[in-house]
Amino acid sequence: MSDPIQTVPPADPPGRVEREFTVKERTQTQIVLSRFLRHRAAVVSLIVLALIILWAYVVQRIWPHPYDWLDGPGSAAPSLEYPFGTDEVGHDYFARVMRGAQQSLNVAFLVALLSTAIGAPYGAIAGYFGGRVDMVMMRIVDVMLTLPVIAVAGMLTQYLRGTWWVVALILAGFGWVVNARVVRGVVLSLRQQEFVEAARALGASDARVIFRHLIPNVTGVIIVQATLDIAGAILAEAGLSFIGLGVQGPDTSLGLLTNLAQEAVGTRPWLFYFPGLTIIAIALTVNFIGDGLRDALDPRQTRQRR
Amino acid sequence: MIAYTIRRLLAAIPILVVSSFIIFWVASMSADPIRQRFEGRNPPPPAATIQLERERLNFDAGFFRQYWDWLWGLVVHQNFGPSINSAMDIGGELGRRTVITLRLVLLAMILALVLAVVTGVLSAVRQYSKLDYTFTFLGFLFLAMPSFWLAVVLKQGAIAFNDSVEGSLNRRPIPTINHEASVVPEDFWPRMMDIGLHMVLPTISLALITYAALSRFQRSSMLEVLNSDYIRLARAKGLSARRVMVRHALRTALIPLTTVSALGIASILGGAVVTETVYQWRGMGDLLVNAVRDQDRYVTMGWLLVAGLFVIIGNLVADLLYAVLDPRIRYE
Repeated sequence: MSDPIQTVPPADPPGRVEREFTVKERTQTQIVLSRFLRHRAAVVSLIVLALIILWAYVVQRIWPHPYDWLDGPGSAAPSLEYPFGTDEVGHDYFARVMRGAQQSLNVAFLVALLSTAIGAPYGAIAGYFGGRVDMVMMRIVDVMLTLPVIAVAGMLTQYLRGTWWVVALILAGFGWVVNARVVRGVVLSLRQQEFVEAARALGASDARVIFRHLIPNVTGVIIVQATLDIAGAILAEAGLSFIGLGVQGPDTSLGLLTNLAQEAVGTRPWLFYFPGLTIIAIALTVNFIGDGLRDALDPRQTRQRR
Repeated sequence: MIAYTIRRLLAAIPILVVSSFIIFWVASMSADPIRQRFEGRNPPPPAATIQLERERLNFDAGFFRQYWDWLWGLVVHQNFGPSINSAMDIGGELGRRTVITLRLVLLAMILALVLAVVTGVLSAVRQYSKLDYTFTFLGFLFLAMPSFWLAVVLKQGAIAFNDSVEGSLNRRPIPTINHEASVVPEDFWPRMMDIGLHMVLPTISLALITYAALSRFQRSSMLEVLNSDYIRLARAKGLSARRVMVRHALRTALIPLTTVSALGIASILGGAVVTETVYQWRGMGDLLVNAVRDQDRYVTMGWLLVAGLFVIIGNLVADLLYAVLDPRIRYE
């Protein structure tokens, strides 16, 4: 005879209950990766961008006509042999657009790299020290922000005969300001937190706190900003070259191609639309990737994408 | 608040001086504009002509002396200095063209802000709905479009539209080039109508590009606010949904948008330069592009002062708006 109470199965030991709710342990990288993979637009964009890069850097080399080859028929409409048609002097426009994309991507990557390399430490230092240092450093940023990029960049490219890296250096010379502001904002809030105080109490130098503790914590923000820099630089280069103040001939870029095609848009639309669509494709995919990274790297993001 | 405004404007003066000096420095490194202008003339101009031109442009003075003379002339005589084009009065030209460009920039900015607030809030309230995805995609698309590309596409569309209705209407309804008709109407209303019609396409182009960046910010700041505790509290207190949205959420969510739009003024001016180039307006954009091409340094410096003033006033307005939006902020 058993007591009714005893028919109730014995309570699980505390350890086992917990295990039922415990999911597989994941590292930070795995969490970020799985969040990024859930952002469908970002994943598709990553694939498309990889294809564009492959196209601009690799296909260009194996394509039968180099970009400065001009023995094709003049002003031919797109066909199987000339997928993007030809221009009035007989350039294979497919090769031109690939070369343009390569130069524009070169500019964009260099701008993102330099803006991050200058802007992130600059912003971190200003935010970390605060007070007078911050004020002086941010005043310099204010001056940079009043300078219209288009005026100064235009003058400099005229003077320096714009090759792609000159344009990139000039754009980065303005671009780092934004990175600096963004990083400074995050560092301002981070430096109040306990782990920074703890590091300082343990006798860490300022440089160690900035580079070992603060910068790793703003990595997410820095990466997202770098992708935005890439998209911004593609568009800035295009705008500058469009008004004739960016990359100069005989080399080419996507902006310069649209500039040269602007008179032809009514009669030979392919000359205008193909480079333009390439610009949009690059900027669009880069922005989506940046958005996916932002979602993935933001620790406060809890709501899931459906 | 008036004292604060005056203080801010005074603080802007050194910034403008420094940035005009940078422009001057860059310009003086560039090629010699006089040689560029006379290059390839046959017969070459006499040395005396070149010397006179150098004197008129004050090129024989030292580097710092040239800048100082320009600054002194500007402050004391309100003279923006000599242009390469001897017939041009830089001050008057800047004034005329600022009016033309300002109407484009202001209207585009207002349109972009209104669109951004409406779609940003709708997106945030219905996060991850079809509506949100549509707005997000449109925003991303415009963000990825070079401003000139959108402008040219719109222009081509308008030309096609004009072509199709020209037969029945006997006129081309949407002007696609210039900021006013070549023969300006005398009377007030026809004149306003003319200016308005010429503004349609450039304003739409510039507004859509500007809108793209702003709407993303409005969406994310609204989302952040809607997920915060004080909104939950406001709802829990039983306030109407409308009141929670407008008084509590939107008001706070507008603060980041104010910052972003103020910071974006320089880039909107850049966008206006490109837009004006496409629609062949004779505004600030045209002035700048020609000045840079001709190495016309005093025109570029004058342009910079006007643009810099826009940026500074924009930032000031943003700071004053903070005080309206955020009751904790007070200026004295």
